[in-house]
Amino acid sequence: MALEKISKVTGRGVYIPGDDIDTDRIIPARFMKCITFDGLGEFAFYDVRKNEDGSDKKHPLNDPRHAGATILLSGSNFGCGSSREHAPQALHKAGFRGIVAESYAEIFFGNSITLGMPCFAASRQDIREMAATIEADPEVQIELDVENRSIRCGEREYPAELRDSARTALLSGKWDPIAELLEGEEEGEATARSLHYVR
Amino acid sequence: MAKSLFDKVWEAHAVRELSSGHTQLLIGAHLIHEVTSPQAFGMLRELGLKVRFPERTFATVDHIVPTDERNEPFSDPLADAMIKELRRNCEEFGVTYFDIASGRQGIVHVVGPEQGITQPGTTIACGDSHTSTHGAFGAIAFGIGTSQVRDVLATQTMAISKPKLRRINVDGKLAPGIYAKDVILYIIRKLGVKGGTGFAYEYGGEVFDRFNMEERMTVCNMSIEGGARVGYVNPDEKTFEYLKGRPYSPKGREWDEAVERWRNLASDPDCEYDDVVNFRAEDIGPSVTWGITPGQGVFIDETIPDPEKVEEEQREGVIEALEHMKLKPGSPIKGTPIDVAFLGSCTNGRLTDFQEVAGYLKGRHVAPGVKAIAVPGSMGVGKICEELGIDKIFREAGFEWRGAGCSMCLAMNPDKLVGDQLCASSSNRNFKGRQGSPIGRTILMSPLMVAAAAVTGQVSDAREVFGVGSPNLVEV
Repeated sequence: MALEKISKVTGRGVYIPGDDIDTDRIIPARFMKCITFDGLGEFAFYDVRKNEDGSDKKHPLNDPRHAGATILLSGSNFGCGSSREHAPQALHKAGFRGIVAESYAEIFFGNSITLGMPCFAASRQDIREMAATIEADPEVQIELDVENRSIRCGEREYPAELRDSARTALLSGKWDPIAELLEGEEEGEATARSLHYVR
Repeated sequence: MAKSLFDKVWEAHAVRELSSGHTQLLIGAHLIHEVTSPQAFGMLRELGLKVRFPERTFATVDHIVPTDERNEPFSDPLADAMIKELRRNCEEFGVTYFDIASGRQGIVHVVGPEQGITQPGTTIACGDSHTSTHGAFGAIAFGIGTSQVRDVLATQTMAISKPKLRRINVDGKLAPGIYAKDVILYIIRKLGVKGGTGFAYEYGGEVFDRFNMEERMTVCNMSIEGGARVGYVNPDEKTFEYLKGRPYSPKGREWDEAVERWRNLASDPDCEYDDVVNFRAEDIGPSVTWGITPGQGVFIDETIPDPEKVEEEQREGVIEALEHMKLKPGSPIKGTPIDVAFLGSCTNGRLTDFQEVAGYLKGRHVAPGVKAIAVPGSMGVGKICEELGIDKIFREAGFEWRGAGCSMCLAMNPDKLVGDQLCASSSNRNFKGRQGSPIGRTILMSPLMVAAAAVTGQVSDAREVFGVGSPNLVEV
């Protein structure tokens, strides 16, 4: 189960303004009636993107200038609320490979890293500046540098935060921990045996 | 060295450190449900893996299950397929499944404690962010994503970083008509919806000492709404009393030994916390939300915020919230007309929630034009309510009395708001669209405040509507 070592994510960006964007907004609950994650991509941000009759609302994700963007920028506490992995799965299947926000809710952050989708934190001011750069030129390339924890947006470079454990996991290709967890089976067994209530 | 309960439980369950720096943590009890588990079982099959400890894995249906129609096949073919899929997975992998036929079905966070699976000093994981509920028993309980559900199924462990620990004290005495729900809405309002990110919350102080187990669950349940993935209360005699004799609780000599161990779990008096926050019970009033996050709340006698008068940083959020809620800045929240009243959920769908409301609801009636539904958190809760005649009080008051499930908390079953209906809700989230209609509106409040809104047809002060002044619990 060798995974790709993720040291850089490059692509065009799209800015979805707002703080506390919750996972219900990223993927409304009714789209979770499914037994696979396939097909979730088209429902990302559905209720803020679509009118009741299915026609488009004004939303950055409906703006043809941002079609094909792979890096999503947003505000603080991104991905709060429900633990549904359907949210990062929907973004990933919609083509996103990295996120830049002021901060993240914890479960969303972990779920995203497990998919190999880096979540960089940057300052409010820097994100707004990047958003302005994208607005002026939607073709501008953005590069998330996992190694150096920095973001290049056009000509400018911005500092970013990424937890050590996430950075190490991405760089070493161990962002999905299942293989390593399986390797720890014997030690896990010993821990289980030491607990009265398990064994 | 003095240790917190959190440290003691963490150390007992830490298997090893992974190369990323995460801890490989053993999970003592894994709870699963129909929405976030099917993909995980699919991944197990792809990888050719089994469930490592099927006897420590428990399943039930709650998110999608209808609360009116209780026999399979359900009318919604997708819901029916997901519930059948869970049954198939449980059969194939040897997992205990509390379905409707078992009589033990319900919201996973109501069922775990009710069955005695939730015990002090255990680690619990579930693919649901409200798993922190189980912390009320001195368990360390995590909401997890589906890939982690796979990890726990396959290895009974997961990779996780140890959070910091914040102690939250609420001392003093709550006034009559102020409930656990008001306490947690107050805490979230004060510390913010992201204030707990990176922390586990230990709740304590006189208010928590006095709380019964169900009140403790209500607070721990909403930890995640304040950003904290884990919330817990140190176990005490009330904890042991609640667990005694439950199906999965230890029996006989094993019970005595377990209680002995549990008594040593509580945080040592001089242990260190990364942060301590103190609140006074006397400062807490009946709380209602006005916005689209659980932190956007006021007391019932306060006014809806004016975006012009809030801090610059919050302004856009307040404008967005008021636009969605169709509420007028600066006007009182009290008197806001409601369309729907929902009493239930993993936050407030337990026996004492219905008992407390029933005591006041007797002889009253839901206002014309209001749809009111009462949804027990589990079949067990429903059964006791029915034995005590509580269901009858609700029905006679004009509530629909339903079968157990998550229902209108997240509206994955047919219980949904329509259009821009406004719902007085005892649930935990007021996010845009949360209750099933993209333009639907939610005001979070305690169960008694929901009842007050139901009978008056508007957001009301339950203390005035019901003359709350003395405890009114029907003793079981």
